[in-house]
Amino acid sequence: MASKKYWKSEAELNPNDSIVEALRQNEFVEEIPTDAFLGDKAGLSETSTNRRDFLKYVGFSTAAASLAACEGPVRKSIPYVVQPEQIVPGVANYYATTIADGFDFASILVKTREGRPIKIENNKEAKVNGNSNARIQASVLSLYDSTRLQGPLSNGEAVDWETLDATIKSTLGRLKSSTKQIALLTQTYASPSTSKLIGEFKEAYGNVTHVTYDAISHDAALTAFETKYNERALAEYDFNEADVIVSFAADFLGDWQGGGFDSGYAKGRIPTKGKMSKHIQFESRMSLTGANADKRFPLKPSAQKRALAYLYGKLNNSNVSTELSEAVTKELDQVATQIKKAGSKAVVVTGIDDVNAQALVLSINEMLVSNAFKPQTPRYMRQGSDVALNTLISDMKAGKVGALIMDGVNPSYTLPNAQEFNEALSAVDLSVLFSTNWNETAENVQHTAASNHYLESWGDAELVKGHYSLMQPTIKELFDTKQFQQAMLNWLGKDIEYYQYIKDTWTTEILNGASWNRTLHDGVYVAPADLSDPEAAADKEQEVDQESEASETVSTIDVAVRALASAPSNEMELVLYSKTGMGDGKQASNPWLQEFPDPITRVSWDNYVTISRKDANGLGLVNENVANGGLDGSYAKLTVNGITLEKVPVIIQPGQASGSLGLSFGYGKKAGMKAEMQTGVNAYSLYQGFNNVQSVSIEKASGNHEFACVQLHNTLMGRGDIIKETTLEIFNTRDHAEWNHVPQVSLNHQEVDATSVDLWDSFDRSIGHHFNMSIDLNACTGCGACVIACHAENNVPVVGKQEVRKSRDMHWLRIDRYYSSEDTFEEDNTKKDNLSGAMESKSGFEEMETAAVNPQVAFQPVMCQHCNHAPCETVCPVAATTHSRQGQNHMAYNRCVGTRYCANNCPYKVRRFNWFLTNNNDEFDYHFNNDLGKMVINPDVTVRSRGVIEKCSLCIQMTQKTILDAKREGRVIKDGEFQTACSNACSSGAIVFGDSNDQESEVVELKKSDRMYHLLESVGTKPNVFYHVKVRNTNEV
Amino acid sequence: MKKVPYRDQISKFLGLSLIIFLLFSTSLFSQDAAVEQQAETAEASTEEVVSTGGDAAKGKQLFNQNCAACHALNRKMTGPALANVETRLAEDEGLDKEWLYTWIKNSPGMISSGDSYALKIYAEYNQAAMTAFPTLSNSDIDDILAYTAAPPPAPVAAAAGAVTASTSGASSGISNEIILGALALILALLIMMLVLVNSTLKRIAEANGVSLEQEKAKKGLPLWKAFAQNQFLVLVSVIFLLLSGAYFAYGWMMQVGVDQGYAPIQPIHYSHKIHAGDNKIECKYCHSSARVSKHSGIPSLNVCMNCHKSIYEYQGNPEGPSAEDLANGYTNEFYTGEIKKLYKAVGWDEENQKYTGESQPVEWVRIHNLPDLAYFNHSQHVSVAGIECQTCHGPVEEMEIMYQYSPLTMGWCVNCHRETNVKVDDNAYYAKIHEELSKKYGVENLTAADLGGLECGKCHY
Repeated sequence: MASKKYWKSEAELNPNDSIVEALRQNEFVEEIPTDAFLGDKAGLSETSTNRRDFLKYVGFSTAAASLAACEGPVRKSIPYVVQPEQIVPGVANYYATTIADGFDFASILVKTREGRPIKIENNKEAKVNGNSNARIQASVLSLYDSTRLQGPLSNGEAVDWETLDATIKSTLGRLKSSTKQIALLTQTYASPSTSKLIGEFKEAYGNVTHVTYDAISHDAALTAFETKYNERALAEYDFNEADVIVSFAADFLGDWQGGGFDSGYAKGRIPTKGKMSKHIQFESRMSLTGANADKRFPLKPSAQKRALAYLYGKLNNSNVSTELSEAVTKELDQVATQIKKAGSKAVVVTGIDDVNAQALVLSINEMLVSNAFKPQTPRYMRQGSDVALNTLISDMKAGKVGALIMDGVNPSYTLPNAQEFNEALSAVDLSVLFSTNWNETAENVQHTAASNHYLESWGDAELVKGHYSLMQPTIKELFDTKQFQQAMLNWLGKDIEYYQYIKDTWTTEILNGASWNRTLHDGVYVAPADLSDPEAAADKEQEVDQESEASETVSTIDVAVRALASAPSNEMELVLYSKTGMGDGKQASNPWLQEFPDPITRVSWDNYVTISRKDANGLGLVNENVANGGLDGSYAKLTVNGITLEKVPVIIQPGQASGSLGLSFGYGKKAGMKAEMQTGVNAYSLYQGFNNVQSVSIEKASGNHEFACVQLHNTLMGRGDIIKETTLEIFNTRDHAEWNHVPQVSLNHQEVDATSVDLWDSFDRSIGHHFNMSIDLNACTGCGACVIACHAENNVPVVGKQEVRKSRDMHWLRIDRYYSSEDTFEEDNTKKDNLSGAMESKSGFEEMETAAVNPQVAFQPVMCQHCNHAPCETVCPVAATTHSRQGQNHMAYNRCVGTRYCANNCPYKVRRFNWFLTNNNDEFDYHFNNDLGKMVINPDVTVRSRGVIEKCSLCIQMTQKTILDAKREGRVIKDGEFQTACSNACSSGAIVFGDSNDQESEVVELKKSDRMYHLLESVGTKPNVFYHVKVRNTNEV
Repeated sequence: MKKVPYRDQISKFLGLSLIIFLLFSTSLFSQDAAVEQQAETAEASTEEVVSTGGDAAKGKQLFNQNCAACHALNRKMTGPALANVETRLAEDEGLDKEWLYTWIKNSPGMISSGDSYALKIYAEYNQAAMTAFPTLSNSDIDDILAYTAAPPPAPVAAAAGAVTASTSGASSGISNEIILGALALILALLIMMLVLVNSTLKRIAEANGVSLEQEKAKKGLPLWKAFAQNQFLVLVSVIFLLLSGAYFAYGWMMQVGVDQGYAPIQPIHYSHKIHAGDNKIECKYCHSSARVSKHSGIPSLNVCMNCHKSIYEYQGNPEGPSAEDLANGYTNEFYTGEIKKLYKAVGWDEENQKYTGESQPVEWVRIHNLPDLAYFNHSQHVSVAGIECQTCHGPVEEMEIMYQYSPLTMGWCVNCHRETNVKVDDNAYYAKIHEELSKKYGVENLTAADLGGLECGKCHY
């Protein structure tokens, strides 16, 4: 044992190794030179910072920092030098104006604070298009877009207006005497003054062509209308006057023919006296309109044409032979019977991009003498001409165009043949673009004239014949910008403001003696009926003419029918559409709109190709919810006519007609955009021949796309108490206890209504105001205007795609969209009730997670329900959320410590947590993070900080203001004065807000309705928000 | 930025420095007496000049009532300077007093009748016709002319007069200080006596041969060691120290962010005392938006110019600047200089009585900074509740420098909401809720708290 030698390294085995010997004695082989840096006392004391000093500095600076933190910052107050008479700091002013950006047209009110526009409201004075949609609501933020052009540019260099105007003027002067033409390529203005001005411009310069260009063409509908009524316009419809609405791919709750039909439609959808309209939709993709339909038939675009032809035949009692499946013809037979029965109370509309289809629909409506169909007062919101545009481009290529002046258009982005256009541009001597932002066209023109946002401009519009609307600036130009019309006046050598020009035009041509100031105040003016009389007479004359040409018309219609009946079918048909949130893409750099979840797919920050499950399975395309809670999807490669879009994300869309795809416009914009706003793919490149239906080939591409989808559960799984539904027949014939069943609980061995049992003592809610909100699921179309209105009113932050993907979206108001997994929600409920046993339940529920091929769809706006017995309030450890006597559930942000217990305990999942500081934080680059964007902030609402919960307050700042105004004026509050941002924005009347202690109020009336129910009544939260059972007109009445 | 720290500290400091101050005060009095004499002689001399023609004293009063809005003696305003107007007209234009009588009583009439000098003046002053004063009698006009004929009082005399007036005002404050000083003196004397007694005793002890050193040595342990050995005492004192430390720390932390007494230096020395106190201008004349808006609003400069177009210099409050004011440098020239700052900011050309258009907004330092998380609406309190501004803002009419009077803490708000009855009379809005609530609570008067004024969301959203 003793002879055994343990060794640590081989060197130890050598007894003569000096190192081993040294290490035996010392820790290190060599002496550590500690003296070198510690022994030199003199050197140490000479160094500028020794240890003690260092500690002193640290201590002192920490103390100083903490002391300084206790001192409030110095705030400056800078009053006006001369205060404008109308402006009182702290009091909002409202101005009536008009949006007419070439895609969205509406008469609106703009709320300004201290001279800053901060919110868009509906103009209730307007008879037509007085309603704002989500994009119009969001347009106020585009005013404060930090990427806006701040001054005119020539060849990329900043110039001043004098130089630019002089350049343009001299070129125009030169061209006047040459053979080359001057071309104006503009958006649709629908503006009497601009038309007059362009007329004068034409007169002054001679060889001028004015081409109107709509990015999303309505040429087919315009041409069909023009052929029939000799006016390039679109027919007006009032769906309130229709009992039967049959739509062939017309997304009239979206942007079809200028939009703005939803308020009329919604009025007819609320069952009154046992009646409501019946809406049948034939379409390929799931549109907002289709989702609201009573009956929806997924049909490929080509089949839609044939179906329309077939229906025409049926209505005409002639037989149109066409290739359609038996189920469809059977359905069409029924539809025809219903239309015939309804007679003038029926209306047929179509969104098929085909002159024949459009012409056919016009003659069907005329044949029916449809009340809803109003061709006498057409709408002017789309005027673009494909032919004129194509001629212009070929003229440009041929060098026949001397000057091209563009306003409100971005052809280098929106044209399918953008490359060709860009090349043609180089053959033009002078190219000028008026634009608010730097864009693709700006990259290709010589001069980019920074133009005004519509909230900085004067203007006017005739939206519908005889209905005029004025546009007035609500803020002085933020930058060195000028509107196109003003520049034109300068070129014409007229030394007047465009304001004066409009005023002159209106007083001489439109107002006919009515007060200009009054009109400017109201924002709208309707020409008296007697004025339009001569025109009406002219219309009659036309009708006489038409009758004389009747035989000819019939024959053209026959040709149209035959063409439609033999519409060729393609293997895969792509439908290009405009998304509710993005429209034609004008406002692509608007963070509110980017984060706005699409009403149907609930996906934000993206566009995607929608495909039916059957086709997706065939191609191996998938959507899956991944472990981190996000939605992932495959990529697909789309090819249309040799043009390919690589890597288009795929969304499997229930209700999509097999053999068809959908892809939305407005995305894939790159030029002049912040990196995070450059989302999606550009669908315009596939918009061949300006036809929204294209024959396409699709194949799977590699990779997975990460979506920012805010709703991953698509079905209700038979939970019929969340969205209560019934059919009109049951609604009319049975007791409400049957179709609006109140959940039962057992009390003292008796089954009683869950609403009658209570764990808590109730407060006395009978004194003072008690706010209630009513949401009618029948009237709600899911348009989402309320979502953006809420964003604007309540300073809701934008968090970006990655955060939304993590379910950290901040929307205070969401619109849940549910699909049925069977054909109807009713069948879902029955299926769930009949499930028994563990195995059957498991498989049954798993089946119910998947939506049906053509599901029923329901929308449900959900915000904080302001429960009278709120579960969130009882769990807050710091009493940051409390109940008020007025029925509002309060949230004191400054008290919140961020435990999120309330969010966990909320059965409605409406509480939002600020995971980050979203303002003044370099990690985010949205409007809260630049001085310009911050101008949109509502000064009456706190901008929340990191780590606190926030949620809907029922717009307490608005209710408090209403109360204060009444107090100051010493009067009682009338019904309708209390409003919230969402109820104000709701043009369909689905959201009604009011004081339930005011017995006269509408909300009390609505609460008494048989259709009233609360969300999750069985939980016993007693919410102050209530819903109305959705009634579908599916059965024959 | 200067922040007035702890007010208590200031008062302590003041207390300490009182004695020193008192030493100088006596000499101040003697100076005052001298000035007084001077002033008297000056006033006498002015009176002598005035006594020719009308009654200059009465004329001054009439002038201030009727003419001062548009005329000054020695400078152009809306109308011409009026010093020696009678002699000037007689010498330069050959116009007699009769012309002046007619002109003052009916200037538009003279202009329309085509009087050459009337037309000239009319054209010179932007074609703004002078208001006719038919109510002024000839003797009134004589009085006014007498006043205009008197040379404007010399600034020395005015300043001296002001000082004279102030002495009586300041005397009450000083008498208090005298009492305090006397007390301090007595205290000092007592301390001195104690020291003396102590030293005498020591000397006596020494003389008697008692050795203090030995006494001490006998005691053994020093006091601190004895204390350290007594664990109970140590424990009690540690607890005491901790508790008092916590108490003061809490007190200190609770004042963090409470800026009561905050009186920043403003870019223009604006005296609320002169405007709201001496001249009794209604608060809401300038802070008009307090009636309708959440903000009381700092008046825009055009509001200032409503008055300051004609008030171009400060002429002292009726009593003249007090000693305190003088000590702070608040002389008439100082205030006039501040008015010039206003003119510069608003772009007012005094010479030509015109706006130049070159304005420079004034960057006031905000005094009342409610945090963003609290919503406060002035109109609710001012118009609806009818609360006096002074309730929250303190005696603004006495503030030479505006400061934050109230703590503006939540406790302060809540207290008032608990205690104050809501003004429900003659307000139809409250009729129903008042009836129902007073029945419910069995009281006639309701506080803001009864109406739900303590709910979080009423102020925090």
